[in-house]
Amino acid sequence: MNKILLIVKREYVSRVKKRSFLLVTFLVPLVIIGIYALAFYLTAKSFENNRATIHVVDQSGLFAGKIENTKNLTFVYADAREQLPAERERILNEEGKNFLLMIPSDVATTSRVELLAKETANLSIQNDVSRQLENVLRDIAFADAGIDRTTVENIRPHINLSAKEITEEGERDSSAGAAMGISMSLSILIYICLFLYGSQVMRGIIEEKTSRIVEVIISSVKPFQLMMGKIIGIGLVGLTQFILWIVLSTALMGIASVGMADGQHIKAQIEAQQSPSGSEVQQVTQPQMGMFGTIKQELGKVDFQTIITTFLLYFLGGYLLYSALFAAVGSAVDSETETQQFMFPITIPLLFTYILSFGVLVNDPNGPLAFWLSMIPFTSPIAMLVRIPFGVPMWQIGLSLVLLVGGFILTTWVAARIYRIGILMYGKKASYKELAKWIRYKG
Amino acid sequence: MLEIRNIVKQYANHRALDDVSTHVEKGSIFGLLGPNGAGKTSLIRIINQITAPDSGEVYFDGERLNPTHIGRIGYLPEERGLYKKMEIGEQMLYLAQLKGLSRKEATERIKHWFEKMEMQSWWHKKVEDLSKGMQQKVQFVATVVHRPDLIILDEPFSGFDPVNVNIIKEEILSLNRSGATLIFSTHRMESVEELCDHIVLINKSKKILDGKLSDIKNAYRTNTYRVEHLPSPEPISAVDGLFTLENTVERPGESTTLTVKIAEGKTINDVLMYLIPRVQIHELKEVVPSIHDIFVQQVTARAAHTLIETHE
Repeated sequence: MNKILLIVKREYVSRVKKRSFLLVTFLVPLVIIGIYALAFYLTAKSFENNRATIHVVDQSGLFAGKIENTKNLTFVYADAREQLPAERERILNEEGKNFLLMIPSDVATTSRVELLAKETANLSIQNDVSRQLENVLRDIAFADAGIDRTTVENIRPHINLSAKEITEEGERDSSAGAAMGISMSLSILIYICLFLYGSQVMRGIIEEKTSRIVEVIISSVKPFQLMMGKIIGIGLVGLTQFILWIVLSTALMGIASVGMADGQHIKAQIEAQQSPSGSEVQQVTQPQMGMFGTIKQELGKVDFQTIITTFLLYFLGGYLLYSALFAAVGSAVDSETETQQFMFPITIPLLFTYILSFGVLVNDPNGPLAFWLSMIPFTSPIAMLVRIPFGVPMWQIGLSLVLLVGGFILTTWVAARIYRIGILMYGKKASYKELAKWIRYKG
Repeated sequence: MLEIRNIVKQYANHRALDDVSTHVEKGSIFGLLGPNGAGKTSLIRIINQITAPDSGEVYFDGERLNPTHIGRIGYLPEERGLYKKMEIGEQMLYLAQLKGLSRKEATERIKHWFEKMEMQSWWHKKVEDLSKGMQQKVQFVATVVHRPDLIILDEPFSGFDPVNVNIIKEEILSLNRSGATLIFSTHRMESVEELCDHIVLINKSKKILDGKLSDIKNAYRTNTYRVEHLPSPEPISAVDGLFTLENTVERPGESTTLTVKIAEGKTINDVLMYLIPRVQIHELKEVVPSIHDIFVQQVTARAAHTLIETHE
């Protein structure tokens, strides 16, 4: 037992001390935050890019004074003589983005207008302009038909649909959107982590085998002790990394959200000053804040404690199960390039569940397929985590964990039997038939 | 020290050890000899409890071999290896602790050995930064640092440069003088012949010879001598009832070397009495078979034997 501890300690310390570990541990949260910040920045930037002045040359006379300015677009009415090429040039060369909106006299019948500029207007500007014109034309059509516009606007039925789940504690607001997002993230995270740490076990074993130190070590400890020491040590490295990630991300998110809130505040102020009509800003930002609020509210409903606990449990279980298999593969080969043939069957159940998780499992988290996949030890680490955010009965989690423990005891046993023979076999390419023989060897 | 009884080890397609028994005396230097693939490494792995035999037992100091003996054995495998990216000092500590030493004790002993072998400055170096010879020294220290009672060296001198071979040989012999039992395993029989008290020859998974080196050599003496004499006008020829000539090499103007096989009942003195009046003797040496010769003789004899058996 004492010797396993020594091995665990070496595996753990030698990995945690590595520069790459520190780098990954601190960079990953930074990169994630960075991506968010970048997305935020780009969104803000794209709003600025859309600010433009539109010179309306209205030959039909239908639109005079009826087009409203938007957050980004300022409409200026120009004289009809601005059709003259020289005048056109002058307007288009003015500072900032300038467009000439040419409305022909027969617009009511043809519905054709032209937007001229040095560069083609982007889709968002095009949409804004055409919506403005459509509104005006619609109002005119309403007036022609003798319909009062305000009447139409008042007839706008709205139903407030709130999805609720029936649970033992009574009804609860459903948070399907947030749950889906978390499901997918968990599925990706566990999939990557199982491979990441499993292959570290495999590489560690190949390293010991190719550097030939393995024979020195197993003259002091049992092969099983060496294998378990390595698996546990690397597993602890994984757990350390998760805990650091959770702590760091929470801290960084805290700092970032304060920063972003400030940024938004300032941005709103600037816009209020720049925009010709301050009320526009209010109108546009209001729904955005509303959406932020909903996301916040939805996330608030998610039980993060359960999710983190189950994630750690399933990571551990899944890791123990798969790393034992990775260990067996590592012991059976002489170099990493030879691992391909054995990796395939290990990858299949993981990949299968991973792919299913994005379609079937997320859409029907309580269906029979999801249930069975979350019970089978080889697929349950991914399948169960996909289901967790939607709520899973306690007995199912319990049963699935028991099966998972049974699963990793089985794979560890099989792996240990392959391992003890494999690590002493040099220069021979093992086949599946041979592996089966190794399992049956005694002693 | 070590009692090996009727060991059988069967692998899928071949039998690595077939009913091998032997006995290693405490404080002796024991040679486990045989060609590649004879089963030496299989036997060593069984003694080290890396693998278990299919049948047969090993007794260590009268006790059935068990994990408590691990700390009393030091093993230098044929395939040498260390963690490439680990610091030498840490690595030694790790290996010594796996053998059951406390961290404190291990530190002291390693420091002592490092001083002795002039390796103090290597503590914080990584294995990949050391030369091959340096790595072998490190590996040797790792093998003996826990003061094992039994030291097993598989192909001990392969890959060492001549300077290091001498250093290591000295250390091994001094360990033996202070009470450690040594087992050398090698297919290069001439490399350990001079060191061993006792040898076992293994060929094709079977033990073919076992005994004290001196006894074996005596048993395989052929009563043959090599006599070198200065040139003489009359060449020496065989004498019935006294000796036969196996070989004659003449170097005109220099000397002649005769390989003389003495007839039964006669001694070298009888032969000398015949030769002295006839030629000027320059050198005389008994032709003693090397272990390699004995091995070849044994193997060919057995092969012939089985050939006859199959014919009948």
